[in-house]
Amino acid sequence: MSALVRFFQSTILSKVVMAGTGLVLVLFLLGHMIGNLQMHIGQEKMNVYAETLQHLGGVLWIIRSGLLLFLVLHIIASIRLKALNLSARPEAYAFKNTVKATLASRTMIWTGVMIALFLTYHLLHFTIKATNPQFGGLVDAVGRHDVYSMVVLGYQNVLISIVYIAAMVLLGYHLIHAIESMFQTLGINHPKYNSFIHRLSVTLSLVIVIGFISIPVGVLFGWIALPAGVVAL
Amino acid sequence: MKLKLHIWRQKHAQDKGKMVTYEVDGIIEDMSFLEMLDVLNEKLIVNGEEPVAFDHDCREGICGACSLTINGIPHGFEKETTICQLHMRHFKDGDTIYIEPWRARAFPVIKDLVVDRAAFDRIMQAGGFVSAHTGGVPDANATPISKIDADKAMDYAACIGCGACVAACKNASAMLFVAAKVSQYAYLPQGQPERKKRVLNMVAQMDAEGFGGCTNQYECEAVCPKGISVAAIALMNRDFLKASLTDAS
Amino acid sequence: MTLDSKIPSGPIAEKWDKHRFEMKLINPANKRKYSVIVVGTGLAGASAAASLAELGYEVTAFCYNDSARRAHSIAAQGGINAAKNYPNDGDSIYRLFYDTVKGGDFRAREANVYRLAQVSNNIIDQCVAQGVPFAREYGGYLDNRSFGGAQVSRTFYARGQTGQQLLLGAYSALMRQTGLGNVKLYCRHEMMEVVLVDGHARGVVMRDMVTGKIASYAADAVILATGGYANVFFLSTNAIACNVTAAYRAYKKGAGFANPCYTQIHPTCIPVSGDHQSKLTLMSESLRNDGRIWVPKAKADKRNPNDIPEEERDYYLERKYPSFGNLSPRDISSRSAKEACDDGRGVGQSGYGVNLDFRDAINRLGKHVIEERYGNLFQMYERITGEDPYSVPMRIYPAAHYTMGGLWVDYNLMSNVPGLHVLGEANFSDHGANRLGASALMQGLADGYFVIPYTIGHYLASYKKEKVTTDHPEFRKAEEEVRGRIGSLLSLNGSRTVASIHRELGNIMWEYCGMGRNETGLKKALELIPALREEFWQNAKVVGDGESLNNALERAGRVADFLEFSELMCHDALARNESCGGHFREEYQTEDGEALRNDEEYAHVAAWEFTGVGSKPNLHKEPLVFENVKLQTRSYK
Repeated sequence: MSALVRFFQSTILSKVVMAGTGLVLVLFLLGHMIGNLQMHIGQEKMNVYAETLQHLGGVLWIIRSGLLLFLVLHIIASIRLKALNLSARPEAYAFKNTVKATLASRTMIWTGVMIALFLTYHLLHFTIKATNPQFGGLVDAVGRHDVYSMVVLGYQNVLISIVYIAAMVLLGYHLIHAIESMFQTLGINHPKYNSFIHRLSVTLSLVIVIGFISIPVGVLFGWIALPAGVVAL
Repeated sequence: MKLKLHIWRQKHAQDKGKMVTYEVDGIIEDMSFLEMLDVLNEKLIVNGEEPVAFDHDCREGICGACSLTINGIPHGFEKETTICQLHMRHFKDGDTIYIEPWRARAFPVIKDLVVDRAAFDRIMQAGGFVSAHTGGVPDANATPISKIDADKAMDYAACIGCGACVAACKNASAMLFVAAKVSQYAYLPQGQPERKKRVLNMVAQMDAEGFGGCTNQYECEAVCPKGISVAAIALMNRDFLKASLTDAS
Repeated sequence: MTLDSKIPSGPIAEKWDKHRFEMKLINPANKRKYSVIVVGTGLAGASAAASLAELGYEVTAFCYNDSARRAHSIAAQGGINAAKNYPNDGDSIYRLFYDTVKGGDFRAREANVYRLAQVSNNIIDQCVAQGVPFAREYGGYLDNRSFGGAQVSRTFYARGQTGQQLLLGAYSALMRQTGLGNVKLYCRHEMMEVVLVDGHARGVVMRDMVTGKIASYAADAVILATGGYANVFFLSTNAIACNVTAAYRAYKKGAGFANPCYTQIHPTCIPVSGDHQSKLTLMSESLRNDGRIWVPKAKADKRNPNDIPEEERDYYLERKYPSFGNLSPRDISSRSAKEACDDGRGVGQSGYGVNLDFRDAINRLGKHVIEERYGNLFQMYERITGEDPYSVPMRIYPAAHYTMGGLWVDYNLMSNVPGLHVLGEANFSDHGANRLGASALMQGLADGYFVIPYTIGHYLASYKKEKVTTDHPEFRKAEEEVRGRIGSLLSLNGSRTVASIHRELGNIMWEYCGMGRNETGLKKALELIPALREEFWQNAKVVGDGESLNNALERAGRVADFLEFSELMCHDALARNESCGGHFREEYQTEDGEALRNDEEYAHVAAWEFTGVGSKPNLHKEPLVFENVKLQTRSYK
């Protein structure tokens, strides 16, 4: 415990926590996105995938608690750093200006907060189904939970789709700075590879955002349609 | 040319301080920014007012004393230029200029535009050295150092300790300053024996002084009058992590 | 005043060894019972404070800047000499010694210079061990370059920032000792008085520049490492706040001031652009390795320099001094530039400038080589002038830069006031009448790292002293004097700013006691200075109070001392009826305009004793004996 406290007391180690947990979360996002892309293949594929995940049982809960722990650490470290950083400059400049800090880098805490809010909604929406309890009753022809239809039904609400798309854009914004920053924090900076790192973080952010967005967009444009027999809500 | 200046005036450390507006006339292109302030101060003295206090000494960009934030940018907008080397030919008649001190909790204002940067000295005391006492050292050519490493070390050693990195960082972080010193010694064989201890102690002191953390925006690099690269910060992060995990003392 | 140089007997190469053996030692356990005050944290002060603290002395150090790292040693660009002979080009301790004595126009003390050359090699070793990133060759070994006044390459350098890197080395050692609690370091403190008890220097009175508090500090010995006085010229390459106050206060307390007229005018500075100017910027002398200095042959030739054909250019240094050419020593190069400009052939708006042209070097070596060698200097030039030196020649002109004169010290670097030691530029000892390039850094560090740690122990062990605290009446008296002085400065409420008076003093000194001096001019200066001093005390204006940071008050105090000190300089220049090094008396020159020394009458150190403000100081002479080098006319032809 004291080791953990000491870790958080150091600004650099707090940043390492940010970077390390961030790395895991990015990998999760990438996996989650790739899994979700199966929406484009069809109901059968998607529901099999979802059922496979559900049948992991205890392992699923280990993964879920692990992710939650990393997320919480990520948030704690960010809040602690933000508080420290704010207190490091009690008097602001009368004339505010920057030379090269990107908008993304200057708004990390705000994009972070929005993403956290969105995540809460997302879990209530599709995972816990608190917002739409009727999602729980969806089953497909072979009796599996019909995740495919649930997602299509969810995104058929234009407002909800817009919220999802907007959140993903914010996420992309967060990631563009986060991924590159992660390399620097973990000590990876070399003139030979810096431009590659930059391109990698932009590409990765775009892939994740476009991958996720493709699903509500697909639903809205009708590429991803409800299977016969499921009634639109 | 004629200029409108908004300058931070603060009588002493406890005073609240405020921006005060002045006008200066007769400024010519060949003047340095500080010579422009000299003109203002001469005028103030003749009027019986206290001149604007600001730190400056060598006026050739090397001592690191001068420390003004011009329109929100430490040392002004000219790349790799201290404020004493910024000349008025970069301004035009009628310009409005905001002049503020370095802003950081660890750099309290002493008076007007003068801040206390003793925190930097204390960080250096914590480990910014090679413990080589006078005498008893080997011949200078006993250990060859590759030109590439020596040049790297020199790049980082060029830091003038002005604190613009802190002033520019939205978190008032001193990472670039500390990392420059850590990196200089990391590239030299002389720095190796104390490498772990140095980075641990210097970073601990940096944190204790109340500087913020690094959020990798690189404003520090952009305003550094000596163009010190943020690669130093990555190196320090790496060294610090390694030392934290392996230091046994 | 007695001037006993205490030069050890014996052959010159053995003097320092012999002396080190003969000096008394203090055992390690007893060293902490002795306290030393060091004023100034430049190369000499920082290296001394750190080295003494390492030995175990209780050290208190002061500097006027906000950090010890900002002392003006930091601005030295070109390099530091040492007799390492790494390039295998014929260098030796003896040659460095000889070059330095000759470069100083045979007005330095042989024994001191020889010791300087001896320890020069240790300095390089020490700095490398501290992590100073000197320039290296691809093989990993240290690189050397050549410098003015020498035909061997013995100059070690760290880009164009050698002074900075050496100072940061000394500063890091000082920080280490401060962190360990062995040095008490006070920044933003200015020395106001040296305090003598029973004739021995036993402390100082300091002003805390932030709170205005006047406080005394007592110790067993005092070291002044407070730099030079080139700011007496107002425009110089020194930092704005460099001043003579500490040295001058010591002089007023009885320390001899030696050779104040020996001032160095550096040949390669950016010319003055107007009345607004607050300081001059030096361009490293190393530029003369590749740049060629010239003026048009025709008077008032205002053509673009690139349009002036080869046959209409006068490369005057190459013409007059073929064997040293553009690398002629500083005094000679400066004077030649002045002559060319006085002849109406100067370039630039004011006509006070000469070209430093890199065209040929760029054609020969390529722009990238020049960029690698001098990139930062070229950039600095462009920033200040707005002109690109890669495409048009730089314009340069001499400027006051360094002062060879300083407080008189013996072989142990102690002044005639027992216990008062003086290091670096503040003393007079090693450079004679002219300092060679890259020798100032060498001397500052030699004094601090390798001389004072030995000699101060000898002093402390030699005298049985009583413990003195700051309650001693002498401290009270000194503090009262300081308070009185600050009070009178604060009461000045005339109509002129201190800066305007300083500028006027600078003009007087530059005109009459600058690069060329003559009897009439010096006598005129001796009339003008007291009048200006009177003007200062009658008509200057100092605003603000004494209880907070007050730049105006600080400056007034420094200028007040310059107004007295400048008179001393003129007296010295007037008394020295010869030309030597940086002191060029127009009456004493050869037919072709070279300096004419008078070894019969003036081969001595002139040490002056204070007799009162405005009264002529007393002259004391320390004869200079040359047993190892033959006095000859300095020739670089």
